[in-house]
Amino acid sequence: MRDYAKEVLEGSPRAAARLISWLEDEDERALEHMERLYPHTGRAYIVGITGSPGAGKSTLTDKLTFALRRQGLTVGIIAVDPSSPFTGGAVLGDRVRMSRLSTDPGVFIRSMATRGFLGGLAKATGEVVKVLDAFGKDIIVIETVGVGQDEVDIIRLADTTCLVLVPGLGDTIQSMKAGVMEIADIFVINKADRPGADQLYAEVTTRVEQDAHIKERPWTPPVVRTVAVEDQGIGKLVEAVEAHRRFLEESGTLEEKRRRRAREETLQMIHGELFRRIRERLTANGQLDALVEAIVEKRQSPYRAMQDVVARWLKE
Amino acid sequence: MAQDRKIKIIVAKPGLDGHDRGAKLLARIFAEAGMEVVYTGLRQTPEMIVETALQEDADVVGLSSLSGVHMYFFPRVVQLLREKGLDDVLVVGGGIIPSEDVPELKKAGVAEIFGPGTPTAKIVEFIKQNVRARD
Repeated sequence: MRDYAKEVLEGSPRAAARLISWLEDEDERALEHMERLYPHTGRAYIVGITGSPGAGKSTLTDKLTFALRRQGLTVGIIAVDPSSPFTGGAVLGDRVRMSRLSTDPGVFIRSMATRGFLGGLAKATGEVVKVLDAFGKDIIVIETVGVGQDEVDIIRLADTTCLVLVPGLGDTIQSMKAGVMEIADIFVINKADRPGADQLYAEVTTRVEQDAHIKERPWTPPVVRTVAVEDQGIGKLVEAVEAHRRFLEESGTLEEKRRRRAREETLQMIHGELFRRIRERLTANGQLDALVEAIVEKRQSPYRAMQDVVARWLKE
Repeated sequence: MAQDRKIKIIVAKPGLDGHDRGAKLLARIFAEAGMEVVYTGLRQTPEMIVETALQEDADVVGLSSLSGVHMYFFPRVVQLLREKGLDDVLVVGGGIIPSEDVPELKKAGVAEIFGPGTPTAKIVEFIKQNVRARD
């Protein structure tokens, strides 16, 4: 068997690619390699790019990456697109906007399908971040699926979350204000040359001012105007990311963020593994079918069943 | 619990012709068949396609050409894949390919060529039967 962990640390893109596939497939073979990569993680800075479908996330990711490369930084990109709920297939099209990056050895791009996972990311995205981190990428850019209102998982992974807004979607602000508008560390008004951009800029700026008024916050999200296809405003975006990074580092928030992430991840892993084991046992001997039958026929309640299963498992 | 293995396929247009209707349709057909399709867009060099296949850990590379550049591009993709150690990646081609070119392409390592009018179910079936088993 190949030593993928070692190969990843030595910089083999092929080993990284295969390990990522295992993580996506929830293949148990990934575990020992991840265990050995873990000490080498935590160096990369993680930037999230989120926003509605068609907002320009891929184009922005391409330009941002290009700008970072000019600074000599290496970049890993994780681009998430939705899986079909009907066939399980997916068209992953984000690379179309990133063609020029595909042969740059300082860039590694991986497309991921959500595979039924909600929240704007794929289930394994956090693990893939760790692989690219250990692989030595300085910056990891995560591009979420096109989001609506509350696909906000990105904030659990990203150090800096950029929310991309565009004019012309009418009541964008109205429809987004409840969930996704709250998660931005940086607001990006993309397609800023289009009609309505000034109004959108004014609305977002007002919102940021209101937020500061309602509750004092240590960080005020800047509002950056870009025209990604024309490569305009990208320098300002890079500066905004750098400023936020400095803020996180100097205020100790970055460390706090990462501690919280480690805590959530650990709990989630335990949750996943416990569930996997219990389900394996329940389904192996037909117990689950019998249980479901009893519940459907009202001979037993699902609440009782749940308590019984957990109690029995804990005893064993 | 391990998930079902999904076939990952790159759909790429090498060369300079700008006709991607067929390639886009095929991308959708492969997705409809449950595959994860990485669509690269137009004007891809063999190097770009192979680097994409490497990073995406693709099982299949599907190449479409309508402009007569297949005799250079298709074998070059196969060759570069081999150089990168990706010799278990299935390469298939389609588009406007004269039938007299097919034997040479196959000799160069292209697994199959699908001309215009091929029932798409046949392409899907071929891929499912010939795709590598991922170790």
